[in-house]
Amino acid sequence: MATLDLKGVTKSFGRNTVCSGIDLTVGDGEMVCLIGASGSGKSTLLRCMNLLEPIDDGVILLDGVDISVPGLDPQPVRQRIGIVFQSFNLFPHMTAVENAMLAPRRVHKLTREALLPEITHLFERFGLADRMDHYPDQLSGGQQQRVAIVRALAMKPEIMLFDEITSALDPELVGEVLDVLRHLRRAGMTMVLATHEMGFARELADKVCFLDKGVILEEGPPEKLFTDPKEDRTRAFLARVL
Amino acid sequence: MTQTEIDSPDAKRPGLTRRQIYEAQVRRRSMAIAAGSTAAVLLALVVLIPLAPGWEGVKKSFFNADVFARTFPGLLEAFLLDVAIFAWSAPLIFLLGLCIALCRDARSPALYPLRLFGTLYTDIFRGVPVILVIYLIGFGIPGLGLPRPWNSPYIWGTVALVLTYAAYVAEVLRSGIESIHHSQRAAAASLGLGHSDTMRFVILPQAIRRVVPANMNLFVALQKDVALLSFIGPVEIFRQAGVYKSLLANFTPYVGAALIFLAVTVPATRYADYLMNKQARARS
Ligand SMILES: Nc1ncnc2c1ncn2[C@@H]1O[C@H](COP(=O)(O)OP(=O)(O)OP(=O)(O)O)[C@@H](O)[C@H]1O
Ligand SMILES: [Mg+2]
Repeated sequence: MATLDLKGVTKSFGRNTVCSGIDLTVGDGEMVCLIGASGSGKSTLLRCMNLLEPIDDGVILLDGVDISVPGLDPQPVRQRIGIVFQSFNLFPHMTAVENAMLAPRRVHKLTREALLPEITHLFERFGLADRMDHYPDQLSGGQQQRVAIVRALAMKPEIMLFDEITSALDPELVGEVLDVLRHLRRAGMTMVLATHEMGFARELADKVCFLDKGVILEEGPPEKLFTDPKEDRTRAFLARVL
Repeated sequence: MTQTEIDSPDAKRPGLTRRQIYEAQVRRRSMAIAAGSTAAVLLALVVLIPLAPGWEGVKKSFFNADVFARTFPGLLEAFLLDVAIFAWSAPLIFLLGLCIALCRDARSPALYPLRLFGTLYTDIFRGVPVILVIYLIGFGIPGLGLPRPWNSPYIWGTVALVLTYAAYVAEVLRSGIESIHHSQRAAAASLGLGHSDTMRFVILPQAIRRVVPANMNLFVALQKDVALLSFIGPVEIFRQAGVYKSLLANFTPYVGAALIFLAVTVPATRYADYLMNKQARARS
């Protein structure tokens, strides 16, 4: 388990500043939810956290170590910080279990045989035991997202990032994916979620951050932020989505 | 909708919607028209061509059954050489094409020379007619006076084919690589996979599958272009047909050779089209 600290993180695409001076602390075993309108920079912030996007300014500390040094090899960091995206990013030419085994095999140099018990256990834990040999297009959207989570967990990350992983799903499939997150929460995983599921954020988050135009306008424990927001913009956003 | 239309015989067929019935009618009508017009054209050809003044002569020198029967087995045998050249150049073309496609995809600045090489290579070999490459390499390199097996135009002609076709295959593969959605690279990177692992296990398997039909079309073209090697020596089917032509003073062997090519290329082309349609359907 690990902590993540963002200090003054700034990221622009050309002239478009998507994150401007973001400060955020994610404590060990904490679950932090990012909420905010479309385009407010939630996905970009998550992608910066596991170095899929280089940041322009500021620092990101993983367990107190600066991982945002320009030129640093991002691979070891990405192995410690898993991410699951909104749309399905399973490898379509591999079965569910092959998807989950690829990175541990190549990066940790483990054999299929050595990995199988552990990976089978993960699939069982998330109710996918009978889907291991299915290809992604033979799985429902909810199952695909759960496989994507299993695939990320197979690398034994210390922190997990989730980018609106339920927003492309049919409503009746959202529940099964959220259950997986509840499960991880109980197991003490450190997590950062971008989400539109306000009820879920309210139920489980330690901290909710409202992003607006690339800054964290307001943050706090969910009961506070959802019931008594200080900023007008937060209030307006919540009025729209709740 | 009037009562009479609903009462038409088709309307009584169970399980068909009105739209399906209408479409079936349209389909039947257009098939009848297509069959009719094809028959009319064929009939015109069969009736009109023999009326041409030179028809008797053409028939004798191009469609001579006797010559056909005598030369066909020899042509088939010569065609085996075409098949052999095809069979050992095809894998080499694929491998070289793959290397060049990967060169062109190299991102890091240290590998810039590779990238430049890949670009120049494809530009040059796609810009020169195959027959010129075959002449230059097939005559040029043996002209260096190499020792015995290495001065064979058979080898260097094949090398020329491999070099040329690899450029086309590289372009096809590169388009396949580029067609894979960038989220696949992001997903692989987020798992901590390196660039080469991502290419090898995630991108290439998908890209190669996607361009199978396009590559099949290239290999059909290759099977035909093997005949160009006849200009520098190897006695393959086209040259064998030429030999028969001089011997018997008759062009029928060329027709026989054409039929042999068609027997191979038409099914292959149809199959490539079938795969292409299947992919298009799967993606929509
Ligand atoms: N790769 C990119 N290149 C250029 N601009 C980008 C890129 N990625 C994101 N942006 C821009 O950054 C801004 C923030 O996008 P981001 O996806 O982070 O928002 P978001 O809060 O996740 O929105 P949503 O709720 O719709 O997912 C948008 O204006 C977007 O156009
Ligand atoms: Mg987003």
